[in-house]
Amino acid sequence: MDYLLEALHVTKVFGSLKANDDVTLKVKPGEIHAFLGENGAGKSTLVKMIYGALQPTSGEFRWMGKTVTIPSPAAARKLGVGMVFQHFSLFEALTVAENIALAMPGAFDMRKLSGRIARVSRDYGLPLEPSAVVADLSVGERQRIEIVRCLLQEPKLLIMDEPTAVLTPQEADQLFITLQRLASEGCAVIYISHRLEEVKRLCHNVTILRHGKVVANVDPGRETAASLARLMVGGDIHVVKSAREDRRGAARLKLDRLRLPADGPFAVELRNISLEVRAGEVVAIAGVAGNGQQELFDAVSGERSLAQAAMLVIDGKPMGHDGVNTRRNAGAAFVPEERLGHGAVPAFTLSQNVVLTRHSSDAALVRSGLVSSGGAAGVSERIVRDFDVRKGKPDPEARSLSGGNLQKFVVGRELDRRPGVLVINQPTWGVDAGASATIRQAIVDLARQGSAVLVISQDLDEIFEIADRIAVISRGELSEAYPASGLTSEKIGLLMAGAHEIRQTSGKETAHAARA
Amino acid sequence: MNDQVLSVILTIITASTPLLLAAIGELVVERSGVLNLGVEGMMAVGAVSGFGAALMTGNPYAGVLAALVAGALLSLLFGFLTLTMVANQVATGLALTLLGLGVSGLMGEAFVGQPGVHLERLSIPGLSGIPFIGPILFGQDFLVYLSLVIVAAVSYMLFRTRTGLVIRAVGDSHQSAHALGYSVVGVRYLCVMFGGACSGLAGGYLSLAYTPQWVENMTAGRGWIALALVVFSSWLPWRIVVGAYLFGAITVMGFSLQAYGIGIPSQLLSALPYVVTVMVLVLISRNRALMRANTPACLGQPFVPDR
Repeated sequence: MDYLLEALHVTKVFGSLKANDDVTLKVKPGEIHAFLGENGAGKSTLVKMIYGALQPTSGEFRWMGKTVTIPSPAAARKLGVGMVFQHFSLFEALTVAENIALAMPGAFDMRKLSGRIARVSRDYGLPLEPSAVVADLSVGERQRIEIVRCLLQEPKLLIMDEPTAVLTPQEADQLFITLQRLASEGCAVIYISHRLEEVKRLCHNVTILRHGKVVANVDPGRETAASLARLMVGGDIHVVKSAREDRRGAARLKLDRLRLPADGPFAVELRNISLEVRAGEVVAIAGVAGNGQQELFDAVSGERSLAQAAMLVIDGKPMGHDGVNTRRNAGAAFVPEERLGHGAVPAFTLSQNVVLTRHSSDAALVRSGLVSSGGAAGVSERIVRDFDVRKGKPDPEARSLSGGNLQKFVVGRELDRRPGVLVINQPTWGVDAGASATIRQAIVDLARQGSAVLVISQDLDEIFEIADRIAVISRGELSEAYPASGLTSEKIGLLMAGAHEIRQTSGKETAHAARA
Repeated sequence: MNDQVLSVILTIITASTPLLLAAIGELVVERSGVLNLGVEGMMAVGAVSGFGAALMTGNPYAGVLAALVAGALLSLLFGFLTLTMVANQVATGLALTLLGLGVSGLMGEAFVGQPGVHLERLSIPGLSGIPFIGPILFGQDFLVYLSLVIVAAVSYMLFRTRTGLVIRAVGDSHQSAHALGYSVVGVRYLCVMFGGACSGLAGGYLSLAYTPQWVENMTAGRGWIALALVVFSSWLPWRIVVGAYLFGAITVMGFSLQAYGIGIPSQLLSALPYVVTVMVLVLISRNRALMRANTPACLGQPFVPDR
């Protein structure tokens, strides 16, 4: 038995789309094997077949040399395949132990299970409190639940779907140690990512997929990030060009000791947030999810009103009491994190969605109180053209677009207005490399034309690519904004963990203790 | 005086038991993420079926069984519409109430004015004869004891067994439960039918023990109070007992005050339980931390699996 898992000529067809086309690959025991590819390259489809959630149209899988069919996730788990999805299958109102018990067959004994959880989490460096309720946990801790859930079933193959997308750099380091330890014990790991540095650092072998086909199987140690990127995209990737010059324009967006009470038991309170974003610059706010980003966005965009008008100043005007439309009319534009449901109404067409955010600021859309569908369609077409939004119909419903294309549309809708102040939350979350580059370039270009841009993001690579200054939000407090050139991801990681002044003391311990 | 207090307490127990039965059933339904507003309708059908079966067989226990089955069958219709056909739960539940009230009136036409079969009270020699305590603790009909046993069983099941964990999980995130391989629709069907059976029992209690006769609309809004009790209890079984007995007491108090000839209009007194329901719900709902912690996150949301 040389190989743990072999996929031989596997093809999966959805309607007219070949999601996987004649895929052949082999995974050895104890190997960390990366699947690299853009969104839509077929990575997810492939692992879902390995995990039994989908069935191949043709081709076969071999498990330890024997041909197998994997009819269901339960069958996969029985073989010894565990999977940690990007979207966790967790229950917020239940405890850690209860969440794990739901995935464990056999006798129901919570006390014994809690003991096993404590043991496994200690052995693999995944600190978890079995009696904690999931709703109170950070994203990193939630991921640990998923991992422990897999490990308790003693898997021979662990599939991880973009695990570091939601982690701080320190949490990611800890995860790599766990995965390396697992691999050294003979467990194979399939590691899905599009972060090239990570793949180079962690993985023994990398299979690159493009348009559903395997285009290369290489040793990541012998490749550079650039050569991996070329294989992944099938050409050179666009590098964001930003002339970083210190222009020091006037402050166009100013937050002055902004405070906002928490609006629920699981929400974050914002405390004394002060920040100036000047004309011509991009300021990014880094931080781990759930530290007040959503609340800050709501406060700045006007979805929640502030106690004092002077807490938020747009182009010199105190606007803390004003609603979203008044702020828009003052030249501001806002792009929320969740594109489907918050940024766009799923069942509305693109042109209707244009009207939703621009009816009060755009004379072409509303004439004497009536919506001009022609005007809306015109604006919609212009956005589609400028931002290369791919769609099937002339004016499709928002939900029919893929994530990346809808994000280009939602960002494009606001950028098309040439706003003086742009606030954008997670501009490229879940968007493939090509679309990300387009969006990032457009954001930087807008700033260079004299607008003030505030980006809230959890993607450090993105932040370093576009930001002039970086501040870190942690538990509702914002650090000072430091010039991007003087920061490293380690320093940001410390700030994320809540150390507001960068201390000289042993960093990693502080970081983990603060989150635990 | 002692006799009067005793009779008031005994009336409170009989007035509270139907609320308790219907509410504990609905609690399980809602814990699984389904909102069935048809409790009133299922109670009505349970009441008429129980009355009819007892009358025809002469056996009140046959009536209890018929009430239970009738409630479960009507809830099965609700399950089919909302779980299989994914209809809107609120609209379907309201329709179920109207349907249940209408059907019960139709079925019960021949029973109006007929003397019913009474579900007898327990009589344990020695124990039931103890003054005051005897009739309260050992002299009830078996449904009173059963209702408390059901609460205890539901509480144990929800928080100590895998079955209960799965029900709570399905109510908290049906997508996650589906991803882990649980049959969301299957679990919900069983919970809905359990709720229907309990509502049917509650209706049967009305027509066999509370007032052994059949009158159209005899449920008189008790189904709605039971629904409110579930929220009152913040989805915790033992609090249902507190709530049900509290509301039972308020109802009985209305009658007693009238009997004493206190100068409050009788309409106001009979409206008292509903006024109190509204007030309590408002007070409870203000405590958002409590509501958020126990409210099933998927309550009322239709489930359609991804694939």
